[in-house]
Amino acid sequence: MIPGSFDYHRPQSVSEATAMLADLGEDALIVAGGHSLIPMMKLRMALPEHLIDIQDIADIKSISISGRDVAIGAMVTQADLINSAELQAICPILRETSLQIADPQIRNLGTIGGNVANGDPGNDLPALMQTLDASYILVSNSGTREVKARDFYEAAYFTERSETEILTAIHFTAPPAGHGFSYMKQKRKIGDYATAAAAVIIALKDGTVESASIGLTNVSDTPLYAEQASRLLIGSRLDDATIKSAVEAAKTITDPAEDGRGPKEFRVHLTGVMVERAIRQAIKTAT
Amino acid sequence: MNEQTPISREDRLQKLKGIGSARKRVEDARFTQGKGNYVDDFNLPGMLFGDFVRSPYGHARIKNIDKEAALAVPGVIAILTAEDLKPLNLHYMPTLAGDVQAVLADEKVLFQGQEVAFIIAEDRYIAADAVELVDVDYEELPALTDAFKALDDDAPLLREDIKDKMEGAHGPRKHHNHIFLWEEGDKTGTEQALSVADVVVEEKITYQRVHPCPLETCGCVASMDKINGKLTVWGTFQAPHAVRTVASLITNIAEHNIRIVSPDIGGGFGNKVGVYPGYICSIVASIVTGQPVKWIEDRIENLTATAFARDYHMTGKIAATKDGKITGLWCHVLADHGAFDACADPTKFPAGFFHIVTGSYDIPVAYVGVDGVYTNKAPGGVAYRCSFRVTEAAYLIERMIDILAHKLDMDPVELRLKNFIKKEQFPYQSALGWEYDSGDYHTAMEQGMAAVDYYALRSEQAENRAAFDRGETRTLMGIGTAFFTEIVGAGPVKNCDILGLGMFDSCEIRIHPTGSAIARLGTVSQGQGHATTFAQIVATEIGIPAEDITLEEGDTDTAPYGLGTYGSRSTPVAGAATAMAGRKIRAKAQMIAAYLLEVHEGDLEWDVDRFQVKGNPEAHKTMKEIAFASYNQAIPGLEPGLEAVSYYDPPNMTYPFGAYFCVVDLDVDTGVVDVRRFYALDDCGTRINPMIIEGQVHGGLTEALAITMGQEISYDEHGNVKGGSLMDFYLPTAVETPVWETDFTVTPSPHHPIGAKGVGESPNVGGVPALSNAVNDAFAHKGLTHMQMPHDHWRVWKTAEKLGLTG
Amino acid sequence: MSKMHVKMTVNGKEIEALAEPRTLLIHFLRENQKLTGPHIGCDTGHCGACTIDLDGKSIKSCMTFVGQVAGKSVTTIEGIANPDGTLHALQEAFREHHGLQCGFCTPGMITRAHSLLQENPDPTDEEIRYGISGNLCRCTGYQNIVKAIRAAAQMLNVQEAAE
Repeated sequence: MIPGSFDYHRPQSVSEATAMLADLGEDALIVAGGHSLIPMMKLRMALPEHLIDIQDIADIKSISISGRDVAIGAMVTQADLINSAELQAICPILRETSLQIADPQIRNLGTIGGNVANGDPGNDLPALMQTLDASYILVSNSGTREVKARDFYEAAYFTERSETEILTAIHFTAPPAGHGFSYMKQKRKIGDYATAAAAVIIALKDGTVESASIGLTNVSDTPLYAEQASRLLIGSRLDDATIKSAVEAAKTITDPAEDGRGPKEFRVHLTGVMVERAIRQAIKTAT
Repeated sequence: MNEQTPISREDRLQKLKGIGSARKRVEDARFTQGKGNYVDDFNLPGMLFGDFVRSPYGHARIKNIDKEAALAVPGVIAILTAEDLKPLNLHYMPTLAGDVQAVLADEKVLFQGQEVAFIIAEDRYIAADAVELVDVDYEELPALTDAFKALDDDAPLLREDIKDKMEGAHGPRKHHNHIFLWEEGDKTGTEQALSVADVVVEEKITYQRVHPCPLETCGCVASMDKINGKLTVWGTFQAPHAVRTVASLITNIAEHNIRIVSPDIGGGFGNKVGVYPGYICSIVASIVTGQPVKWIEDRIENLTATAFARDYHMTGKIAATKDGKITGLWCHVLADHGAFDACADPTKFPAGFFHIVTGSYDIPVAYVGVDGVYTNKAPGGVAYRCSFRVTEAAYLIERMIDILAHKLDMDPVELRLKNFIKKEQFPYQSALGWEYDSGDYHTAMEQGMAAVDYYALRSEQAENRAAFDRGETRTLMGIGTAFFTEIVGAGPVKNCDILGLGMFDSCEIRIHPTGSAIARLGTVSQGQGHATTFAQIVATEIGIPAEDITLEEGDTDTAPYGLGTYGSRSTPVAGAATAMAGRKIRAKAQMIAAYLLEVHEGDLEWDVDRFQVKGNPEAHKTMKEIAFASYNQAIPGLEPGLEAVSYYDPPNMTYPFGAYFCVVDLDVDTGVVDVRRFYALDDCGTRINPMIIEGQVHGGLTEALAITMGQEISYDEHGNVKGGSLMDFYLPTAVETPVWETDFTVTPSPHHPIGAKGVGESPNVGGVPALSNAVNDAFAHKGLTHMQMPHDHWRVWKTAEKLGLTG
Repeated sequence: MSKMHVKMTVNGKEIEALAEPRTLLIHFLRENQKLTGPHIGCDTGHCGACTIDLDGKSIKSCMTFVGQVAGKSVTTIEGIANPDGTLHALQEAFREHHGLQCGFCTPGMITRAHSLLQENPDPTDEEIRYGISGNLCRCTGYQNIVKAIRAAAQMLNVQEAAE
């Protein structure tokens, strides 16, 4: 498995990179950690003539936290997310989710930017970003714009990002202190994509749900924000009937493909199990 | 020359590190430092690289191959197709099963991934570029991927090359997609037993298509030296001598001008027994170019084109009395062999040793019929970490026993105990023609039951089931037992051969003047640690410490002829040859010692590392002293030197056995099966190196886990392979793999010189039924008799759903 | 496409070479640098046989282009032994506890374990199993690998305490 030929570029700044993209157009692809793109190139399903490696761009590599506002540079790796004590303190679901991505070696190079920008429905962070209601910062030669994660994904590998834009950062506001959270992922083995996975974040006040958010991974051709299911939980005291109705609401928006992980009916069913278990785990972690 | 300070007999024994010692491996120093020498590590001057253009279709006619654009790529030297091989009569090669296989597709492709053209280029990057540029014009044909439809009247004709040849290597073919019908046993008698029995159970049991998937793929470097006319091929060969003979027969290069070398091999598990088109094309390419040519598969090529295993669709019927005494066994197998019959079985056994299917039980009458068929799938049919088709047989009988127990409402372990061949019945003549050499099944089973506290597990399970029914848990506990009998060590030349080559094995030992030694064998280690364990056999036999013995295998120019390493045959056959060569040396050493000590040979006795005068141990000569004497003294009537070679033709197979117990917890909502406990008791006869045996058991059990819980190479109706990369093909990581408990009994083989039986494959053979029985057992009280493997999440959940346990 | 000039440190030595940008790091190490310890097992990033250490972190060198590591420091199995030439505790422990059979996964496995023990000098068995979950072994069933890594950790901790 050998990739096709390309020219390699290492811009030193975002503006240098966007200028290259503007110049080279669809012949160029951005590489961050490479763990989504390089396998595609080795299978010759991606054949860029130019590869733009953004690892030298210093200002997209850090996590900055101000109050509950979080900004994560695109080149922050999944290992960085796991190791950030600050992030763990205010938004621990990022660590929990990142630990379920691939394996240690891959998390050392795999970046948050690559994971969310690539549009692979199997990736775990996009649904989490939708659950957190994060925004992506997209920069091109003609300016900067912010797109909600919930509006970003169009179809498998098709996103709101244009070919001349770079996703440079992810912004979100961490859920309120004491929130409950869980990322439940069933996979065949370590390193596999989810057969079905659910991210749940809830904030409780005196046992009543003040806010709730549910995201689903790999059960459609895009990540899914389960809006209705989330809404059903708000205001409830998380009784079994409410949880059951949220589970059913989440299942109705899924449309998983049949693959080695199982037929559609199983993956729809499993989505429900993951959502229910994630809700129950989130209740346990809420304080 | 006598030692200065006499050391105790015990110390001398210790120093040998012979049979029974948990000696550390001599191989490891290289491997832990990255200094292994695997075939892809070779880098010869001027070496070219080969790569295949492969078929994207399961079944298609090749209308045209346009090489022009590919040949125009700088660095591409040549491109071979079937048209180029035809004048050399090399477009087809013989398979181990008496069929032929296309080296490069001849007018038609018969499976996805089939070799169509071979690119020869300056490096692997250029070759890969050229692969993309070869333009093959295909006309797609209807694909046949369901073995059950292979013999339909309107089934597509796959093998046009043999369409008029209705007499195959194993008798008449009854259909254009039929390969053979092979039968053993008493069909009428068995049907009679079934018709009069109190109870008959019948089940269709499929053992899915899987792949050995060693971590190193297959590959070779072929180098034709045009000056001296000698062809050398380094490659991933589990049987280098057989490859040499086959290469000579098909290329017409004289056998003495071919040297086959197996360097370090990164796991084999049966994948590296066969001869593959890549080897032949590399040899031709080297002959054509006069330069060395390397070919290395990538993983997708490995999983989709070389050497699948299993793919047996089995039907079993067991007859029994109502109190559980088995009175007959009837089996039929529909064997899916893919597009070419390339099964790696001894020639006379097209279904291998499947007729070990009566297992560990005293069954008075039995019948087996196996129909082999062609489909549009990759060829192979190798013994993936098992002796030939033994794991399929063990799976069938061990599942059927559980199904019978269920029907009779008996405990499956008690049913086994009731039907075991008894210790005093050995040697035991099975209804299907085997002579079991030795066994003590009751002892092994009872030791296992005590170790796991079997009845306590059953009580716990009863509580779990009650709690499940009360809605207190969504987890079901399953307990699986398997008691397997293997048949390994192929085998006696009178009935075992491969392409006419008798399945003996060999060892040559030379003692150096200073008392160290080199031993050479016809086998090849792929991780089994032969350099360590065979030296231990030599050490015990001739009294030279294992540390002072070099062991060499895998080079046909230096090693004596042998049939290689697979089917757990190395210890039973080559291990015996090693012991026998050692004994020849010891016999000569005894004569030398008698001369040196001026006594009669019969006055001497062997003691650890020396011959001593009976009743006067102070008068002795150590092997070291004898070795020196053999080179520096003229001993009347004896040739100088001390060496021997033995070609060992085993009088019988060996029959390792074991009792395995498995406990699983199964989540009915997710289909996740957690292996809570796995206990494996193995009896492999005399234990040469307990550390290595334990390692073999751990590895084999992990492969059994992979097969049972997830491995499957399947095809869609168009012939597209599903699960052909490590994205999907299930190889468990350390996280999915449980902790294995090992145990043993020792029942030495009565006919093997040191009583050893072989162990490498037992854990795969016994592990799969134990795991599968446990998963099935979790649902047994809800009425399940059998669910097909693999027991992956969705299939387990689907079973729970069908039984009304979900939602 | 033209070749590019790459500079990096490999096993403590500064090296310079010309390579096609598409050259995978594993091929660069094995064929250009003649470091054949790291192996290719799967081509898709699943098996970990190609594991090397990049600036102190384990990575899979079959999923990395040579250009991406320019300017960085690479350590392969060939660079794991102690500076005085003696074997590293992990190399000793793998032999002692039979943590390898065919040896093909071993270089990647030891290289990964080496980094794991820097991240977590005293891991539990479960942490070891998670820590090596990016490395497949077909021979050992992992049990003796886990044992070897645990033993090496103990050995290194004792050595460190003594210093």
